[in-house]
Amino acid sequence: MISSPDLVAFTKDDDFRDTYVEINSLPEQFSLPLFPYAGNANPWAKASFAKFTKDFILISEFSEQVGPQPLLTVPDDPKAWGTFDLNYFSLRIMSVDYQASFVGHPPGCGYPKLNFVEDSKVVLGDSKEGAFAYVHHLTLYDLEARGFVRPFCMAYISSDEDKIMQQFQELSSEFSKASECLKTGNRKAFANELEKKLKDLEYTRTVLHKEAELQKKENGCYSTQAIEKANELANVEKSIYEHKDLLKQVTSYPNRKMKDPEFLPYEPEPPSEPPGADQDQISGVSNPDHPSDNPSNTRRPSYTPQFIKAKSAKCFDKRLKTLEELCDVYFFNQTMDQLTQIEKIFRGDLCYISTSQIDTALLKQQKITNFLFEVFRDWEEEPEKPQYGEKLAPNSDNSSNPAPSNEPASLESYTSCVETVLIKMEQDISEEGQQETESSLCGITQDNSEECLEADMKGSVSSGESIEVLGTERSFPAQGSFIQSESQASLQVHYPEVVRRKEASKRTNSQDSIEVLSTTESIIPEDLRASCPGAIYEEEPYNDSSLEHIYQSPASSQRLVDSGMQDAGGFGKEATEQADSACCIGQEGPRFEEPAPELGQECSDNGVVKVAPRSSRAGEQAPGVDDGAPAALLSYELNLIYLSDEVSRLDLDDVSDSTSFMSASTSSERAASPFLSGNPITVKHKRKAGQGALRFIRQYPFAQQAIFSLLSGRTLVVMGADEGKVRKLVSALSIFVPNLGKYAETIKPWLTSPFQITDLHSWKLIGLHRVASPTGSSMLFSLNRYSRYISILDADHKTLRCPPYKGTLIGRLADHRTQIKRGSTYFMHVQSMLSQLCSKAFLYTFCHHLHLPIHPGEGDASVASRRRGFLQHQLGISGEDVKIVQFLGELIKLYYLQEPGKGATPPVFRFDYTTSFLYKI
Amino acid sequence: MLRWLLGGREAQGPVEKTTVLFIGEEQPKNLYTELQVLKGHFDMVRFLVRIDDFRFASAGDDGIVLLWNVQTGERLHELRGHSQQITAITRFQKHSAESSCPMILSASSDRSVSLWDADTGSRVQTVTDLHSSVKCLLVLERLDLWLSGGNVLCVWNRNFELLCKTEVFNDAGITAIIELPKNCIAAAMDKELIIYRLKVPASESESWEIQEVKRLSDHQDSVRALISVNDQAFASGSHVGELIVWDSLDWTIQSYERVFGDTAQADLQSEIKLISPKQNEMSIQHLTSDGEYIIAAIGSGIYVYSLLTKNVIVYRKTAHDSDVLHTLKLPNGQLISCSEDGSVRFWVLQDLPPPAEHASSAFFGMWGFGRANKQPPNQQVKKGADCLVLRSLELTGDLIGHSGAVQMFLPFNDSVLVTCSTDHLIMLWKDGERESRLRSLDLFNKLEQNKGL
Repeated sequence: MISSPDLVAFTKDDDFRDTYVEINSLPEQFSLPLFPYAGNANPWAKASFAKFTKDFILISEFSEQVGPQPLLTVPDDPKAWGTFDLNYFSLRIMSVDYQASFVGHPPGCGYPKLNFVEDSKVVLGDSKEGAFAYVHHLTLYDLEARGFVRPFCMAYISSDEDKIMQQFQELSSEFSKASECLKTGNRKAFANELEKKLKDLEYTRTVLHKEAELQKKENGCYSTQAIEKANELANVEKSIYEHKDLLKQVTSYPNRKMKDPEFLPYEPEPPSEPPGADQDQISGVSNPDHPSDNPSNTRRPSYTPQFIKAKSAKCFDKRLKTLEELCDVYFFNQTMDQLTQIEKIFRGDLCYISTSQIDTALLKQQKITNFLFEVFRDWEEEPEKPQYGEKLAPNSDNSSNPAPSNEPASLESYTSCVETVLIKMEQDISEEGQQETESSLCGITQDNSEECLEADMKGSVSSGESIEVLGTERSFPAQGSFIQSESQASLQVHYPEVVRRKEASKRTNSQDSIEVLSTTESIIPEDLRASCPGAIYEEEPYNDSSLEHIYQSPASSQRLVDSGMQDAGGFGKEATEQADSACCIGQEGPRFEEPAPELGQECSDNGVVKVAPRSSRAGEQAPGVDDGAPAALLSYELNLIYLSDEVSRLDLDDVSDSTSFMSASTSSERAASPFLSGNPITVKHKRKAGQGALRFIRQYPFAQQAIFSLLSGRTLVVMGADEGKVRKLVSALSIFVPNLGKYAETIKPWLTSPFQITDLHSWKLIGLHRVASPTGSSMLFSLNRYSRYISILDADHKTLRCPPYKGTLIGRLADHRTQIKRGSTYFMHVQSMLSQLCSKAFLYTFCHHLHLPIHPGEGDASVASRRRGFLQHQLGISGEDVKIVQFLGELIKLYYLQEPGKGATPPVFRFDYTTSFLYKI
Repeated sequence: MLRWLLGGREAQGPVEKTTVLFIGEEQPKNLYTELQVLKGHFDMVRFLVRIDDFRFASAGDDGIVLLWNVQTGERLHELRGHSQQITAITRFQKHSAESSCPMILSASSDRSVSLWDADTGSRVQTVTDLHSSVKCLLVLERLDLWLSGGNVLCVWNRNFELLCKTEVFNDAGITAIIELPKNCIAAAMDKELIIYRLKVPASESESWEIQEVKRLSDHQDSVRALISVNDQAFASGSHVGELIVWDSLDWTIQSYERVFGDTAQADLQSEIKLISPKQNEMSIQHLTSDGEYIIAAIGSGIYVYSLLTKNVIVYRKTAHDSDVLHTLKLPNGQLISCSEDGSVRFWVLQDLPPPAEHASSAFFGMWGFGRANKQPPNQQVKKGADCLVLRSLELTGDLIGHSGAVQMFLPFNDSVLVTCSTDHLIMLWKDGERESRLRSLDLFNKLEQNKGL
């Protein structure tokens, strides 16, 4: 029935495994693959005959009732897939599930084991349909499902096979995140479900017990009814035992994902919460029925246990839970947001994606000059990240209590633990902090605590070897000495008591994990490893977190520190990068495609609001942050501090102005990305500005002089009575304005009040309202007064007053006879010219002898002549162009000298005394 | 320029209607090409005091004294304690046995004087509830004491113990004090200069005494400026433009110039016919001297008086658009002036080529002061209102940045100029070339620290 799919096994070939090497020449990974020559074929002709036009994401399920079925698509629009047969394709993709959804009684276990399997990732092609898909299989737990598992898959479907193949790593890491999000929600929901079921069972047991007693009294011990009842009771007892075990398994699953800050903002806590409430939870004596104590109970305030019949309903009779129910609405929505984001990231032509990835990767390498003409991006916020990680470390770790327990008595504490993680962040941290200090005082390292454990263990079968293996795997140093492994270390150190209390049960499991490490890890490909039954139990993710973070691990902030590059891409990209260089280009791809607000959010995701969930949730919640609303989560408070700090630096007026200018921008942008709000012209605007700039240089013969003013750091004031006209000019010219660093915005699109000399420090392009009023005249007064510092472009009379320009550089940059027709092309042209200029400025800045004497006796004059010679002969820069390079050089110096921790220092205001001329059309 | 801005399509013409000279935007000799604005004061900033080579203090009407690093523009300390505006501030080098740390002595309208440690920013000493607010301070480092002048002249030691004081002047207060040789002090009070002699106690049992020795009542109006020129002379200027140079030892008049009174007639004949001299245009706001010349800020003009030739050798009657508030002559011959019009200007005293031919000697005769043989060269006549005898005062550059009157400026090492203004701002004007070099130095240091990029 199922035709054998032409399955493309993804093997980790060398081309994907290339380690990231420092490059001097244009490295291999930055070159685009050539289009295979095929006669006169148009490379842009649609080669495939796919029935859909755009890529989309499909989520399918292998339903135990109806078989493979499509659940939903992203974008959720029938046009997305057109006539493409989703049902058929679901069948195809679900048929290649390599993950072992085995649940049963593994040898040596008397009760069912949950299998925390890894997701499997395959690339699948259907040549008949012209569809290729990256397929990501995952398993969710459902108590009512057969074997407790529900196989799902997410597929990225494209008509371009190359795209899937080449973007495999990126797709994989992105989908892993989404999958992890779903699974986290699912574990939580599953734990809740189990808890309910346990209550039911316990209730049933008491009822049955009573009945049995009654039967015994009435009919004697050996009556059939009594025996029946006793059997029933025994069954229930067994069932309780099994369920407890399941619950234990699911809750003990280290919520690795919780380390990822993006999952933190779960739900604001009820503010009325008594402060000591969760203390109970930590110590394991919490009462799950306490309404304010257990947030899950807050939502479903009281659960009345039900009597469970001995024979449960046939599985075909019942309604299966929807994905949303399975995964907890919050996590489901978050996943949907992520998927939407993924769809956007990979939208467009492969060539385009690759180019922008290469572009980003290259820009990222220009650490010193990339601030000049690029829109503020993630690399701007790099310094903040480690701090975040440190702050968040205790936060995230409490989720990952790894030790399962044999004691049923502490089950509640487990569930509450799961929920505590999600909701009780704030109080936990204080607890944590205490523990941490305690432990650090005692100097407990992981090894110590392990030894403590060992001492506590009664009859444990653990061997010395196993400890060693674990030790090396996770490499626990003393906490604090290595930030690198802080997440791991603190994970243990924060829980010495808990771990000890839970005794050594995990020891037994760890044996399994050793087996995994020693046997399966190296041999069995990752996709198949999960299918080794019994190999990966509770302990498995442990290894995973250290070994396999290529796909799975959250971008734990600690690892950010760890990876020296600290590339701010976030979201596991660092981890990925360690393994594969191609991945470092990760998710910046969509920049050019995304509308401005998303860009803001992306930026915020990557740095500013690191803890916020990625995608638009950040936007939704950001206003709350901005208002200082009771964001009870600690992470949010951290943000709040940070944000308020950042925001306060900005002139509120400017902010409001810039937001009002950008119709698309929302309040979220202001709140979430202060840097961006300080820089109202985003990439998208800049691209649009290309057309305007092209028009400007064609229309105004003095365009070169105006551009010279901007590039040499002389403020250009565009003056006019009509706001639209002025704004248009400002945005057209904005592509030529170098950024001054993090300090402030450099462009003031519309100003209606007189400016001060301090404004000229940061504003390099001002749109000024010409009015005939007292304000207008005072404005003109300030223009007149500061005329030596500014160039004035009169939009109404088409005149420009500025210093003369005699150079060649801008002639190439802005030639009014240019053959370039399209705005975006011109924008590219300008970008390439400017980056060339940047590298010249970089060379100029970092040549020691151009600025400082070679030997002490050398005078300034000879240095100056050497400088001139270098500029002229090496860089080919003469005349007024020198001023541009010098100005950019000063900016680079200032940027380089800026202390990362010290915050932004105001830019120096440089000028020179030259005569201005009046240019007319 | 302004007309062009207002929308006129015609080319920009010489719109400067005032007679004040306009240097334009091309200023090759102006090396201040970098600007840093220091914010911190909430009210007018009136005083700048140099502490050492890299620090200065600023004070003004908000009662706060701020200490700044002149190189980085970093605010080092904020000296809060005065509740009202600062009326006088001076540097007070404390010579103790252990060390000599720079101190700041500040007086305020709240009738208190405080001593601050410039290194720590803490208040070391303070005296409150004085009889009147202190208008001027004088530190006599030689005797390790300081004097405060208000309605009463008090002598304090460095532990803020009152040693002695004069009688109380009810109608007027002392506006300026200078030190004269032989433990004498000259104090300006309204139209008079009072010479005091400080009696240093010979033994422990004796106490300090201050005695009035002489009153000099030669000024016709209140004395606005009082400076000591050198060991032999000191000078005072009055509200009506009288400049008197006194002998420091016997307190007799060496020279008397009534600057504006004599020139008024001549000016009426020359360019500024319509403007009759007003009182404030004659007022001497500030005097400064380098021992050889006395520079007087009179109205909106600058006058340079030579002690050698005992006459005004060069002047600019309208050096600024508005009153000149502070002037200074640098050792390199450069003259700096700041004004209420918000600008700072640089002047150079230039020797002129020998006069080629004589013009109307009567025209410039009034500048002779009994030295009619000095004839101005012809080219100066053509130049306009600027008349000089031996030299010319050439404008070499100006600094425009403040939006209020520039109260004072303070040069540091020829490469940094600090200005303070009524617009609450302090500006650091720096030599852009030098700053660029310094930044390069920092850059390569950091590069070395980081071991490469």
